[in-house]
Amino acid sequence: MNAGEVLRVAWQGVTVNKPRSVLTTLGILIGVAAVIILVAVGTGSSKAVQDQISRLGSNTLTVTASSTAAGGRGGAAGGLFFPGGGGGGDTTSQNATQSRTPEITMEDARAIAEASETDEASAVLGVAPVVSASSVTAAYDGASHSVGTFTGSTPAYLLIDNSVVAEGRSFTDSEYTAHRRVALVGTSVAEDLVGSDVSDIIGEQVSFNGITFEVVGVLEAKGSAGPQDQDDRVIAPATAVQDTLAGYGPIGSIEIKATSADTVDLAQSQVETILDGRHGVTAADRDYDVQNASSILDAATSSNRTFTVLLGAVAAISLLVGGIGVMNIMLVTVTERTREIGIRKAIGARRGDIVGQFLAEAVLLSLFGGAVGVVVGLVGSHFTIVGVQPVVAPYSVVLAFGVAVVIGLVFGLYPANRAASLRPIDAMRYE
Amino acid sequence: MSDPVIRVERLTKVYGHGEAEVHALAGVDLVVAQREYLAVMGASGSGKSTLMNVLGCLDTGSSGRYLLDGVDVRRLVDRQLSYVRNRKIGFIFQSFNLIPRTTALRNVELPLAYAGVPVAERRERALAALDRVGLADRVKHLPSELSGGQQQRVAVARAIVTDPVLLLADEPTGALDSHSTADVLALFGELADEGRTLVVITHEDAVARHAQRIIGMSDGLIVSDTRSLEAV
Repeated sequence: MNAGEVLRVAWQGVTVNKPRSVLTTLGILIGVAAVIILVAVGTGSSKAVQDQISRLGSNTLTVTASSTAAGGRGGAAGGLFFPGGGGGGDTTSQNATQSRTPEITMEDARAIAEASETDEASAVLGVAPVVSASSVTAAYDGASHSVGTFTGSTPAYLLIDNSVVAEGRSFTDSEYTAHRRVALVGTSVAEDLVGSDVSDIIGEQVSFNGITFEVVGVLEAKGSAGPQDQDDRVIAPATAVQDTLAGYGPIGSIEIKATSADTVDLAQSQVETILDGRHGVTAADRDYDVQNASSILDAATSSNRTFTVLLGAVAAISLLVGGIGVMNIMLVTVTERTREIGIRKAIGARRGDIVGQFLAEAVLLSLFGGAVGVVVGLVGSHFTIVGVQPVVAPYSVVLAFGVAVVIGLVFGLYPANRAASLRPIDAMRYE
Repeated sequence: MSDPVIRVERLTKVYGHGEAEVHALAGVDLVVAQREYLAVMGASGSGKSTLMNVLGCLDTGSSGRYLLDGVDVRRLVDRQLSYVRNRKIGFIFQSFNLIPRTTALRNVELPLAYAGVPVAERRERALAALDRVGLADRVKHLPSELSGGQQQRVAVARAIVTDPVLLLADEPTGALDSHSTADVLALFGELADEGRTLVVITHEDAVARHAQRIIGMSDGLIVSDTRSLEAV
């Protein structure tokens, strides 16, 4: 018998009892669709996190004071490790203070900014110190708004943060150095204070915890990332914020932008060299952390991968159960058609002919279930599932379909062999 | 004269063990020459069905020798037995044993398909065989759409389509009315006249009478072997 005939006979076998074949196929169908959809959900959530992080810009670095550093280095040591350079005597005394409690200062930011003009930090494009003020309430003309994040920084911050001024203007370097009380507000803040026409707020004097700032611009809406409203923020010159809301102590962090995504690692090592020198520390006892977006991305991606594998494993189990369903039905079919098997053997069917016939039938069932499962999986992946827009992973489609067919082969083998090993005389007597 | 189609020597078939041992065949010797039309008669339990199964290579004897067309069947492996059943023997059963939900034509083609005959030739030979049994106008019918007599004639067509050396019929008219019985027996007569070797197992005298030679069986042994008067 050639392949076409084997398939034709198998097709006949499958269509004899249609409801049964459909139900058997359903097991495989659900398994394949589940694998595709669940892996797509995993991939989708991982992509959502990646998008969020890459919106920050993959070539940014954040320097923060380390919460785990040992500290306690003496001032003398600081002096030894920092023989002049960036800041002179003032820096040395600062350094001695820093060594006791890990701190990042304005001077650190200034030193990196100065180095970025030279070869010392050639990979650094921009540097912005970040001063944060907490629990700030904005008040204007009787309206008030509790600000989510109040950031003091330099004009360079907008570039590093990928923020754009939608209405009005940004503050300037001269306003920064002049400690001018000007501010940029996010759309959420503006809407709460002046209503939907956010440009009305430009030029107005808004009080933040009683300190009056002139609003010069409105930031372009960024939308929300999960529960966090990214437009609920105010940005002002760090100098003015230190004067009024934050004080002159250590700063929250330093945001650094590398010249390109490829130079992020170089920028990081250059920044570390500068800060190691200023803080009098080595790689072993650093009192600060430099995080880059790609390392955060890596951590998020690997945790998401675990999640995806877990989802896929659950789906794979349902596929396995579907395969057992195929085996079950094939065993029933073999029993039902024992007499037919006997007749076929009596007129000269070889063992291989019978194995082939029943194996083809099992594979046909799983093939059909797999194909429809792929369609259902692809269609199902178009819908948002528990807040995640699934992204179909091509490998999962190929894998699920392939496994479905292999399952048909493997689980069809036992029933097929059982059919083939029947003795014709016993098979024909079977009623 | 060439080899006999069947040569059976001291053939036994024992079922069960010890106390429950049953000798279905207790040492049968039989030679069937080419072109013979032979009927095997006996009451139920006489061993005639067991003999038929062994002759058809559906079962093997417990001891003794069986040469089919000069080949010792006991020495054959599974695959070779399939070949022998396919090429050397044509079966006709009491209950027709056509493959259900499969047209008459496909049923007749099936042995050729297992033999690996190309599709076009297969179709041609199957149509010729169906024409031979007088069913040229029923080739596309399913077994369920045919009468008992017609089904049995399809079975005969399936048996002769591979041009086997031996046709074996087990109670071929057991499930047929008298009219269909007459049809089938007439067909057997024609096949015998064409020179085919036929072995028919039956318990009906009327059927056996058509054969040239009648063998009587009882308790697993051949008890009589007579040439039919008509044949002489």
